[in-house]
Amino acid sequence: MADANRGNRPLSPHLTIYRPQWTSMTSIFTRITGNALIVTALLIVWWFVAAATGPDAFATADGFITSWFGDLIMFFSVAGIWYHTLAGIRHLIWDSGRMLDVDKSETFGQAMVLIAVLLTIFTVIVL
Amino acid sequence: MAYMTDRKRAAGMGSAKSGTQHHWHMMISSVALAGLIPLFIFTFGSIYGAPYEDVVAYYQRPFPAIVALLTIAVGFIHFRGGVQTLIEDYVHGTAKKVAIIAMICLSYTAAAAGVLAVASLAL
Repeated sequence: MADANRGNRPLSPHLTIYRPQWTSMTSIFTRITGNALIVTALLIVWWFVAAATGPDAFATADGFITSWFGDLIMFFSVAGIWYHTLAGIRHLIWDSGRMLDVDKSETFGQAMVLIAVLLTIFTVIVL
Repeated sequence: MAYMTDRKRAAGMGSAKSGTQHHWHMMISSVALAGLIPLFIFTFGSIYGAPYEDVVAYYQRPFPAIVALLTIAVGFIHFRGGVQTLIEDYVHGTAKKVAIIAMICLSYTAAAAGVLAVASLAL
């Protein structure tokens, strides 16, 4: 049976054997940022529910989100969401069959990281 | 059985199952979010940290409220699809099914709570 030896087979070498590359690293960070943003999303939902509930509930939620710890989460959230948004746009461009060459893809990844950093700085300064 | 073609018998039997449809839905929600996220960052960001009365007054305006409502709804639909791929890659067996169902429940619950909250602020 196909599953008789589940878990006991030799695996092909993957993460540990490759040197870090722009293509793999930008991909891994797309996954990390996308899934980590659930924390931000739940905090923002809590903030809206509290605002709809009343001033006391809002004070609790807003107090946490605007505390130093909340601000830290929000800072990483802004960086993460700009990065993930640009990564998503890159995926849409890839899906259209463009920018798939290795060199173009690497340049594109570097540009994306740079733009994400600049947008994060811009957002933090403006808001 | 007589009318089954080889292609029909093979359809859906590969390891990807309904992966094409999943990918298409992720594409649709990501196109929507590519527009919504910058709008949400700058609307939510401009009122973030303001007093309660200002926040309520701000979200009684239609534009920020519609942006927030759509971002929460589409964002959680997108998360629901994305986290499923994450779980499928790292969790297996019954735990995979439990984790996917739990995340779907979390996504729709949070989306419903967020949408209801924004709507009740706006109305």
